[in-house]
Amino acid sequence: MLARTFSRVRPRASAPATDAAVKIAVRELTVHYGSTLALDDIALDVPAHRVTALIGPSGCGKSTFLRCLNRMNDHLPGARVGGQVTIDGDPVYDPAVDPVALRKRVGMVFQKSNPFPKSIFDNVAFGPRIHGERDPVRLREIVERTLHQAALWDEVRDRLDRSALELSGGQQQRLCIARALAVGPEVLLMDEPASALDPIATAKIEELIHELKAAYTIVIVTHNMQQAARVSDLTAYFYLGRLIEVGPTERLFTNPDRPETEDYITGRFG
Amino acid sequence: MTGNYRSRRRVERLMFAATGAATGVTLGVLLLLLGYVAYQGVGALSWHFFTRLPAPVGEAGGGMANAIVGSGKLLLTAAVVGIPVGFLGGVYLVEYGRGTLAFAIRYAADVLNGVPSIVIGIVAYALLVRPLGHFSTLAGGVALGLMMIPVALRATEEFLRLVPDTLREAALALGAPRWITIVRVVIPAAMRGIITGLLLSLARVAGETAPLLFTALNNRFWSPGWSEPTASLPVMIFTYAIAPYEDWHRQAWAAGLVLLALVLGANVLARIVMRSGSMRMA
Amino acid sequence: MSATVGHPTVATPAAGARWHRRRLGDIAFRSASLGFALSVLAITALIAVVLFVASGPARSAFGWRFLWTSTWDPVALHFGALPFIYGTIASTAIALALAVPFGLGAAICLAELLPARVADPLAFLIELLVAVPSVVYGLVGVFVLVPALRSVEVVIQRFLGFVPIFGGPAYGVGLLTAGVLLAVMVVPFIIAMSREVLLAVPQPQRDAALALGATRWEAVRHIILPYARSGILGSVFLALARALGETMAVTMVIGNRPEISASLFAPAYTMAAVLANEFTEATGDVYLAALVEIGLVLFAITMIINAAARLMIARVNMPSPGRA
Repeated sequence: MLARTFSRVRPRASAPATDAAVKIAVRELTVHYGSTLALDDIALDVPAHRVTALIGPSGCGKSTFLRCLNRMNDHLPGARVGGQVTIDGDPVYDPAVDPVALRKRVGMVFQKSNPFPKSIFDNVAFGPRIHGERDPVRLREIVERTLHQAALWDEVRDRLDRSALELSGGQQQRLCIARALAVGPEVLLMDEPASALDPIATAKIEELIHELKAAYTIVIVTHNMQQAARVSDLTAYFYLGRLIEVGPTERLFTNPDRPETEDYITGRFG
Repeated sequence: MTGNYRSRRRVERLMFAATGAATGVTLGVLLLLLGYVAYQGVGALSWHFFTRLPAPVGEAGGGMANAIVGSGKLLLTAAVVGIPVGFLGGVYLVEYGRGTLAFAIRYAADVLNGVPSIVIGIVAYALLVRPLGHFSTLAGGVALGLMMIPVALRATEEFLRLVPDTLREAALALGAPRWITIVRVVIPAAMRGIITGLLLSLARVAGETAPLLFTALNNRFWSPGWSEPTASLPVMIFTYAIAPYEDWHRQAWAAGLVLLALVLGANVLARIVMRSGSMRMA
Repeated sequence: MSATVGHPTVATPAAGARWHRRRLGDIAFRSASLGFALSVLAITALIAVVLFVASGPARSAFGWRFLWTSTWDPVALHFGALPFIYGTIASTAIALALAVPFGLGAAICLAELLPARVADPLAFLIELLVAVPSVVYGLVGVFVLVPALRSVEVVIQRFLGFVPIFGGPAYGVGLLTAGVLLAVMVVPFIIAMSREVLLAVPQPQRDAALALGATRWEAVRHIILPYARSGILGSVFLALARALGETMAVTMVIGNRPEISASLFAPAYTMAAVLANEFTEATGDVYLAALVEIGLVLFAITMIINAAARLMIARVNMPSPGRA
């Protein structure tokens, strides 16, 4: 039955997850929102240049986990984070670390696309400008390169100075991806990036993710198991704030170790 | 793109400090102001203040009993004028209003809200003082009532809109006519908010002076009934403050404190009631 | 049209009569509430009409010249509103020049930079201050601000008295004092409204800016403020309209002299203040009508500014544009 579930999905050539270097190492990560425990003692190694998918039912903590990786949880009042997160060995939650510098290495794309009410060019150039890039030639080069990477260049090359809000939903999301790439991160975090999009736009995004992993490490949160199976090399299953199981995607979906994982994947709940 | 974090963080700290200073200065000045009123006012408060009539000009030892009662009467009149119009107008806008008429009414309420209070006084003078030939409590109360209307209307609107449509539908589906639905289901559900809104509108006009200057005028004695000029707290404050008598200045501070306490007290009460209510209203 | 759901099939005379009574109730209630709602429209129209009609004698006597004549002579019956228009504009300009930087700065601090735990009680306090009556500000103005500013003005005059805007005798009452007092009165309003506008900027915009590595100040400056720009402008306009109509505090500290002077320290007069002081003393139809005409001008100006303000605020998606 599990094999049937998995075979309904177009299998992608997923790179083996186990022989990759560890990009992000998470140990004993615990998050409280006020008195509520959101994440309980998470340990996870995110491999470099692979796509890691976080799956689980609503409220299981996967988005919270994602936001720990670029310290966006700092901005939530009452959030307390314990444990260690390191990127290439550099600690993330050290008092000496400036979150602003961290977010240059770790970019984020959100569930609903949130372009600024500015031109397409200014949206993509916002990040580099903030980080000090003033040279218009270099800015232009960055914008063009990242719009290419986001597979949006051909559609917008003639209207870079038009408002980003004129784009369709799928185009806006690709614009947000280009915007995130423009600051030159090593890691790209994506929080359900296609959940607000139609199937065609979703397919484009998934295609993009597959191409981007050669240059970036990608962590994607998704509530869509088929998407996780299509897109990722490593999958981690979260439930009620705990990491239940993590493993190579193909194995997790066809032969999971834990009964809880099997229940979720076969749709017994959630 | 190099590590310019230090300078960017410096700029952020600077702006944080600047805006924080703006906040501190503003709050500081305002709190000092209130504190000064309290300080001066407390010293001048006495039993006489609340129970005696004003003394003859130049003599010490008078009070503002008539002003306190006068303000009460004015507010009562204002409520009679302002609340029905504001409340029922708000009910109409939310429950029946549609299209251009509703838009026009809302726009008119906004305009009315923005009319300077002294101009309202002029209109009340033209309509109720000139034709009748004398200043009166009625004219003053009506002027204040006109000012209450837009506030009462907006509060009613706001809280009626918060009542979910499912409540209305449930009542209608049980066979209740429209007006019963509104009167016995929707309005009670919004009542807490509406009452606090009306209370706030009263508090707002309680402190108004300008519209009373040529409607209710002033009075050094009691003014029985509604067709004579009456003293009121705000007008007394104004009159006494600009006069040359030391004793009057002290009384002005006392009156200022009383007025401030009433108005701010009503506001705080309203907000407390709102906060405690919203827990249960969900 | 009411959505009366009557009993479906029963067709007895009694049920029919009940249904009729209910229809009557619906019609009566709807009519009553419509009547009151329409009265709002009527009242506002009435105000405009009364002002227009009652100012008739002055309008026909002076025409449009009324607006730029600067003599105000009740004895010779020459009336021109320019000194009051000047005083109103000048005092309001001073007030906004002081209040907007402080108000906007504080609003940014309260909305974006301070944690909610600290900012919310402070915001509550500020909203209370919006409710302080004008005459109480006037009280503090007369007994505290005037003497204080008189000392300051005297000092300034010692060094800069040759500069026109610092000229003339320094009484303490005057344009500057009125402007400063107005600023103090208007700043809580600006803070409260601007803070609401800032809080209404959608969180995803902030998230996007922060995730790209912007500092909180950079997010405010480059993303949040531009987004909220028209709403903030609208708040300033509303504050402007409020300041224009301020009567009591201004009349207690501005000196009440219908003259136009280049000096900030000189006594002046505003439209609202002259109405407060001279209305009950006005003798004769033309005098009274001239005052009413000033009221008409004030009404028109505040109406235009309020309308512009609401247009601007409506462009930011706020749940309830404007507050009482």
